[in-house]
Amino acid sequence: MIIGLDVGGTHTDVVLLDNHGLVNEIKVYTDSTDLFSTVLNGLRKITQDINPKLIKRVVLSTTLTTNFIVQGTLPEVGMIVSSGPGIDPMLFKTNGHYYPVSGSIDHRGRRVEAIDHDEVKSIGSKLRADGVRQLGIVGKFSARNPSHELEIRRILKGRFDDFFLGHRVSGNLNFQRRIATTYLNAAVYPIHKHFFQAVKKSLDQQGLKVPIHILKADGGTMNFESSIHFPGQTILSGPAASVMGATAYAPAEEDILVFDIGGTTTDMAILIDRAPLLDPVGIELGKYKTLIRALKTRSIGIGGDSVVRFKAGEIEIGPDRAGYAMAYGGTRPTPTDALAVMGKMTDCDRDKARKGLEPIASEMGISIEEAAQKIFDRTCCLILKAADKMVDQINSKPVYTVHELQEGYQVKPKKILVLGGPAPYFAEHLEKISEYTVTVIPSWKVANAIGAALARTTCEVTLFADTERGILTAPEEKFKKNISRDFTRDQAVQQAYELLKQKALQIGASSEDLEMEILEDQLFNMVRGFQTTGRNIRIKAQVKPGLIQRYKDVVEKLSLQSDS
Amino acid sequence: MLYAKKKTGLVFFPAFDWAIDPTHPEREERLLYTQDQVFEEGLFDIEGLTEFKPDPVTINDVNRIHFCVPDAWKVMTESHFISAGGAKTIGMAVLDKKVECGFALVRPPGHHAMRVVHGARGFCNVNIEAIMIEFLRAAYGIGKVAIVDTDCHHGDGTQDIYWHDPNTLFISIHQDGRTLYPGSGFTNELGGPNAVGTTLNIPLPPNTSDEGFLYAIENVVLPILDDFKPDIIINSAGQDNHYSDPITNMNFSARGYAELTSLLQADIAVLEGGYSIEGALPYVNTGIILAMAGLDYSNIREPDYDPDRIRQSSVVTAQIAEIGKIVLENWRNREKIEKQMKQGLKGKYSDRTRRIYYDTDGISEIQKERICICKDCGGALRIETSADTGAQALAVHIPIDACKICRNEGQRWFEEANSKDFHRAYLQNRPEDKYLEKNLSHK
Ligand SMILES: [Zn+2]
Ligand SMILES: [Zn+2]
Repeated sequence: MIIGLDVGGTHTDVVLLDNHGLVNEIKVYTDSTDLFSTVLNGLRKITQDINPKLIKRVVLSTTLTTNFIVQGTLPEVGMIVSSGPGIDPMLFKTNGHYYPVSGSIDHRGRRVEAIDHDEVKSIGSKLRADGVRQLGIVGKFSARNPSHELEIRRILKGRFDDFFLGHRVSGNLNFQRRIATTYLNAAVYPIHKHFFQAVKKSLDQQGLKVPIHILKADGGTMNFESSIHFPGQTILSGPAASVMGATAYAPAEEDILVFDIGGTTTDMAILIDRAPLLDPVGIELGKYKTLIRALKTRSIGIGGDSVVRFKAGEIEIGPDRAGYAMAYGGTRPTPTDALAVMGKMTDCDRDKARKGLEPIASEMGISIEEAAQKIFDRTCCLILKAADKMVDQINSKPVYTVHELQEGYQVKPKKILVLGGPAPYFAEHLEKISEYTVTVIPSWKVANAIGAALARTTCEVTLFADTERGILTAPEEKFKKNISRDFTRDQAVQQAYELLKQKALQIGASSEDLEMEILEDQLFNMVRGFQTTGRNIRIKAQVKPGLIQRYKDVVEKLSLQSDS
Repeated sequence: MLYAKKKTGLVFFPAFDWAIDPTHPEREERLLYTQDQVFEEGLFDIEGLTEFKPDPVTINDVNRIHFCVPDAWKVMTESHFISAGGAKTIGMAVLDKKVECGFALVRPPGHHAMRVVHGARGFCNVNIEAIMIEFLRAAYGIGKVAIVDTDCHHGDGTQDIYWHDPNTLFISIHQDGRTLYPGSGFTNELGGPNAVGTTLNIPLPPNTSDEGFLYAIENVVLPILDDFKPDIIINSAGQDNHYSDPITNMNFSARGYAELTSLLQADIAVLEGGYSIEGALPYVNTGIILAMAGLDYSNIREPDYDPDRIRQSSVVTAQIAEIGKIVLENWRNREKIEKQMKQGLKGKYSDRTRRIYYDTDGISEIQKERICICKDCGGALRIETSADTGAQALAVHIPIDACKICRNEGQRWFEEANSKDFHRAYLQNRPEDKYLEKNLSHK
């Protein structure tokens, strides 16, 4: 049996699945000031009367790291960045203890200027004196050559508790994002580690000695041990949980839009042939732009509890929320109240909802019923408009080859899968006013927890070959090898797959879930003078986000269960 | 986070799967390291900098400018449609006010492509700036345009296209044609009789460094632009003046390029040449993008940058001052020179015969050109072209602002073209935005 747990803003959903489908689903209240109790409470309740030996896997999706980052209550860490020429690195300053140092590496990983040891030592002393225990070290182009980052760590070895090196966070180029990502990893490290160690200890005491997997923003999982130094990957796993829940019900070989309609926001994502579309660069959270792999999602401030206003002849929905809908004891009219007036939602106070819509109706000079219809219609329209915009944006993403520009894949979804609290009420109308076929996901209330439970382990590797310099390297994987002049693209692809497999297994994948694919495969002949002097090969490979193989049948059974 | 002071658009189209041939300077690898630098510097994360996907140009966009012999499909590859489309996309973004300025970082380049195209010359097939400008004229009704070509090679294609257009000021700054391809671009090349002075050339001596370029911009180009008052300024931003460029002999630096960009304040920049793909382009392009966005570029530096090593001699400095003086004088006396030129002409036409060599494709062409002398418009233009490919054609251009007489004259030329003299006849009817072609061969 497996457990999936997804901490949400107000509720935490927990599911227990076995080979026959959903065994149990529960909701517990989220206490954002004590997530530890929330998680334990959820796990305790779902495992009641269950033999702990039967549980083989636990996947957790929490808001722990996200909350700390958004609230800006991160502990102090030190940052040393080596930039060289280019944009002033002070513009990328993440925190107080942030120090640019000398040293420079170019685009091919060649050293241009050495590290100044005395400079690094004196900054190290200053940071220590200030009580800094965690240190992030980031160099420009370290994804091509990490030697300067390693050198700085060597100089400061033993003087800090933990080091976080920029080249380990991603194989992608983007100095500013590498700095932000490394900083976030260093800053949330103690919180993340402490939290999950406590969860693990507590589960051990209950006799639940299973590996804990943690859901990442890309809709994949990693085991707790691997997450310790990369806790940043766990931010914004909530939306990923819902999207992975939706993949369970998505038809193959089609483009699908997923809407997670909540109280405050509607989150959107896209599935192509049951795999979620990933963001090409990385998560943006608050003021931080990162290299953290994530699903391509769009969040708009329109949900069931968004405040409704009538302004300058137009109905406005959100983006703010002022507690519950009036039908549930709130103070401001919302789309939920419109649904209540229309008689679609019944387990609430319809009179209060009517009262809420009354001022808007009278301002519009129409009946309350008509106003309710108009508000609901407007809400659906705005959500669809945002979806169109997201699809447009994806299709207008620049490409860099003639081939891609001519033949590049265009996303054209014809179906929408909806989940989240008010999902069933919206589905019908969304379909009515659009060209889409709209379906409510079975088990739509806990699809997010099911998504977490069934998500497979994912990861990515970036490999770079430069036969002129005789170097094959994947700094993120601590991999470097000398190669000969005749090293080929096929060999590079082979090597990338090998590294990817190793990495996936190490971070918790089972061998049957290694659905690997090549994301990027480029070869350039390097010509100097009029002579070909080498090849420049770039390969990026990933384990595709998706659901674990062993529970493939579960998905079908889930759909059947919810029909009955 | 970085915020652009000026909202800037960028089309980046490195055409990673296109080359003239595998070891040609214009090959797949050309913008690879620029991409690395631009990505690593995080330029696409700058708030207020927007990347646009290029929309390929249409055949009509090409025919508005070029007489492609036999047709556009034969002289262009898909990559040319996209590269020109990149320029057009940026032009539209600027005129739609989505951004204040923009840079088309695209390849292949275009400034050696002339009005008549039999093939590629100087790595160029079609003139991507001209295609953009004439699209903007047709779609947005812009009038006066200034093009400042800062590529190391004389922009002879652009000069040819705008030779007779008094509404387009073309200024080319380049290495002296006596020392570099294409061997033209001297101070006495000033435009046709209807447009004297709206073509200007600033040939600089070899080994000119930042000092000399920036002197020419500040003391020659900027005062002339102030005078001309264009609606829009285009920079043909070639990067082969760099001290590390393998096919030229100049000493310009990345920071110099950024300063030039900052001084010029072009609305639209379009990449032209530049073949020091590792030593220059990554840094020059980063500098140009930052300068366009109004951001600090003072810390942009090539790994081997040494200002003392590339400093220009006092002889060069003096030569540049002298050239600048001549150019300014020509500009100020342009009406007088035009009068003198017209006095020397008999009848209502001005004729010239030219030999044009397409070095990239190895084609030789002879052009017999005739322009109507007109004080009311740019003048109807006819070009009889024959190439050693066997092609013989008549090309007639009626300018966008053509007077009635010139319209009729152009129409008549086109209609009277016969199979005895030509295989094909083409008409560019700019006032009606119509492009006609007659196939006269009876094979
Ligand atoms: Zn050039
Ligand atoms: Zn006329």
